[in-house]
Amino acid sequence: MVGETARVAPALTRQDFVSDQDVRWCPGCGDYAILAQVQKVLPELGIPRENFVFVSGIGCASRLPYYVNTYGFHTIHGRAPAIATGIKSYRPDLQVWVITGDGDALSIGGNHLIHSLRRNVDMKILLFNNRIYGLTTGQYSPTSEFGKKTKSTPFGSIDYPLNPISLALGAEATFVARTIDSDTQSLSSVLRSAAHHKGSAFVEIFQNCVIFNDDAFKEVTDRQLRSDNMIQLEHGKPLIFGKNRDKGIRVKDWKPEIVTLGQNGITEADLVVHDEHSADPTYAFFLSRLESPEFPVPLGVFRSVEKETQDQLLEHQIKAAQEKMGIGKLEALLGSGDTWFIKGDTK
Amino acid sequence: MKKQVEEKQDVVIRFAGDSGDGMQLTGMQFTTTTATMGNDLSTFPDYPAEIRAPAGSLAGVSGFQINFSTRDIRTPGDAPNVLVAMNPAALKANIKDLEEGGMLIVNIDAFTDGNLKKASYAANPLNDGSLNRYEVYHLPITTLNTNSVQGTSLSKKEIDRCKNFYALGLMFWLYERPLEITTQWIHKKFKGEIAAANEMALKAGYHYGETAELFKKHYRVPSAKLAPGKYRNITGNEATAIGFVAASQLCGKPLLYASYPITPASDILHELSRHKNFGVKTLQMEDEIAAAGAALGASFSGGLGLTGTSGPGLALKAETIGLAIMAELPMVIIDVQRGGPSTGLPTKTEQADLLQAMYGRNSESPLAIVAPSTPSDCFAMAIEACRIALEYMTPVIYLSDGYLANGSEPWLLPTIDSLPKIKISHPTDAATFKPYLRDEKTLARPWAIPGTPGLEHRIGGLEKENITGNVSYDPKNHELMIHLRAEKIARIAQSIPDAKVFGKEEGELLVLGWGGTYGAITSAVEEMQKRGHSVSSLHLRYLNPFPRNLLKVLNSFEKILIPELNLGQLAFLLRGLYSIPVKSLTKVQGQPFKVKEIINGIEEILKTRKVETWSEKRLASPQH
Repeated sequence: MVGETARVAPALTRQDFVSDQDVRWCPGCGDYAILAQVQKVLPELGIPRENFVFVSGIGCASRLPYYVNTYGFHTIHGRAPAIATGIKSYRPDLQVWVITGDGDALSIGGNHLIHSLRRNVDMKILLFNNRIYGLTTGQYSPTSEFGKKTKSTPFGSIDYPLNPISLALGAEATFVARTIDSDTQSLSSVLRSAAHHKGSAFVEIFQNCVIFNDDAFKEVTDRQLRSDNMIQLEHGKPLIFGKNRDKGIRVKDWKPEIVTLGQNGITEADLVVHDEHSADPTYAFFLSRLESPEFPVPLGVFRSVEKETQDQLLEHQIKAAQEKMGIGKLEALLGSGDTWFIKGDTK
Repeated sequence: MKKQVEEKQDVVIRFAGDSGDGMQLTGMQFTTTTATMGNDLSTFPDYPAEIRAPAGSLAGVSGFQINFSTRDIRTPGDAPNVLVAMNPAALKANIKDLEEGGMLIVNIDAFTDGNLKKASYAANPLNDGSLNRYEVYHLPITTLNTNSVQGTSLSKKEIDRCKNFYALGLMFWLYERPLEITTQWIHKKFKGEIAAANEMALKAGYHYGETAELFKKHYRVPSAKLAPGKYRNITGNEATAIGFVAASQLCGKPLLYASYPITPASDILHELSRHKNFGVKTLQMEDEIAAAGAALGASFSGGLGLTGTSGPGLALKAETIGLAIMAELPMVIIDVQRGGPSTGLPTKTEQADLLQAMYGRNSESPLAIVAPSTPSDCFAMAIEACRIALEYMTPVIYLSDGYLANGSEPWLLPTIDSLPKIKISHPTDAATFKPYLRDEKTLARPWAIPGTPGLEHRIGGLEKENITGNVSYDPKNHELMIHLRAEKIARIAQSIPDAKVFGKEEGELLVLGWGGTYGAITSAVEEMQKRGHSVSSLHLRYLNPFPRNLLKVLNSFEKILIPELNLGQLAFLLRGLYSIPVKSLTKVQGQPFKVKEIINGIEEILKTRKVETWSEKRLASPQH
């Protein structure tokens, strides 16, 4: 078997990752942009095409594997992380991507998501968050805002939404990032970082559903509004945002606070400096709680730390067992425990 | 004074006590020694679902029965000849099974007012004459044990915990068994003073039998005339686990076993997780669904993916199994059946998941089903399950049950050469590869695995276009694929052996069974044959598809009786498939059949006069 990066791949292009299937998302769907960036980043990774596996669950997002010319498995609702865990456990040489949506990952598959993250299974999870159920024609999802009126909530949703980034951090994910379908630069940069991360990489992608939840992320996609409503995270840089880059985030009484540079003697030195490698996830969690409309929404890498992965740990145990006990011999296994002989002459 | 020795052909002993009394351990130790003495044997552990039910209560009674013999035997015995009761609750729960005149050894120290009350005894059964039908031995086992464990600093509680070894020592003397194997085991398992105390108790029990006036004689059960070779004693769950390791070696693929703890299947996970040096990967997943998913993921990536569970877990895995059927990937799902529905009787046996295995998924979703018939047969059928899965690219359900899983018997070790070869090939030629282009003979699709250049392709749960495997909503294609998937499973019949009749190949009555009822059915049929009746039996180890000769065999008998630990599920299948009349003999008490119960069922059907109703309406040939 070939290691993920052990072999120099022939020079691949975006076209090598385009399958022969017609793409069947709605015109204008954010999924097209994500697919395009995935196909752009894959050939840059130096991994032979045959060593990629795309696994998905059910939902609009989960059709993506059909359109990428790698090995692909379109599975069942919510279970992609569990199936991908089996793939990566059995074949550590493969690079495994999980494509999922807010219903698939956070509702029906919530359990598998948190457990694959806590085990640090080496896979890249792309969560297309459009805050709606699209394929079932428009019911509210676990990320839909409170009070949202949908087909299944004509009087408004009474469920409080959850925050995917906070959830991933709570599950001890080693790589957590957020990006937007329409921001190709941010999207490709985050996908690249996720691909290079060894371990569970969780990426929330704000994705626009033109049919059932259009403009759900307007405050961070609209050219006029976005600068004031988002912070682009950069490791080692202070949290600064705003059209004029004059606003920042500082901590006061354990709480975030928006301040203006130059007012009341505030300087960059007063601001929080982004540290994506902080071993303790507390800071990343703090960041994840910056939510619209009170605060600008952070985009980029929240957390990126190294930890031994599940497949490495599994391989190490096997190696250690084989060194200690010797490579297993079937004959010895059959005859283990208390045995006795019946001599031929007793027959 | 040397005591008398009386020879016996076979003996059934039941050890019964509180679930904290170590009865399972005592039984297993007696079994190991008895096995190495060359007796044939069969065991039946029967324990409560509660780990430590209130001490002394009826709910907390744990039992272990062993039948050992100088002959070839197949069941743990209908009625114990000897009952060891460590407290009143154990006596109350088990006395009804002891044979008339049987030997009863009771620990009288435990017959306190409190314990009698917990066992709902109004009067002390030791004094009220209610046990007069038995040969009762009143032994103060707690006191005798305390006196025997000398010179230690152990607490009273710790000393009391040795008393099962005291009882075991006594039984070893009573049946002329050596102490060495248990002594060695004690020193492997325990350290220091605890080990020393257990050994003292064991020896003291033995010497008590030898010297006390109470026992006038002891018994010898000479070794059985078993086929020559190397043996070990094995439980069904152990044989299952080892069988899968063997299958992995035979096909040259490491196995991945993903599971979620569930009684009575957990021991398979425990056993496999010890064999990492065979390259075995075990995953304890977050739930049953994830376990099925991880196994299927391993299969997708080119491996031998297995998952194990019991009935409730099989229900949760159903959707993933459906995906395996659609994606046509090899996978083995182990269901160690237990009493149900719902949580049911977790530690008790039942065979009521057959129809769930056959039909417990949405739409037309056929798969292969195999069922081992004895604890050691679990080894062979585990290999068969893998062979079928890999040769036919299909999920296979392996139906064991609690009785097989925990019961044990001596196993003549097979030689490695005698095991079947499992051949696998993976395509590599991009020019000819089509994901659903089937093998002409088996209808299996090619198994192209990730890492193979040029064969990148996508599969999934949506309906597949024939040959290309692309997503297809075409009505005719869907119908074709439904038929192809069914036909593929039917064709498995060409690779399985004919079912073998026990007894004459035609006659008045065929007793048909499957799974763990093999021992009881075969023993009952053998007895009826001895009595001169025209009775044969057939035991199915392949439940879907059936062996090719099944209908022919069924048509060779006037009457068919099907004993099952359910309400007649195999009978239901046969009536539906072949439109033949069959009679069910059912039992759903969480307990295996007794030989006697099957004999009674046979006697009853033999008395039935309307023979003609049993031979009407039979199809000319099997459907597959």
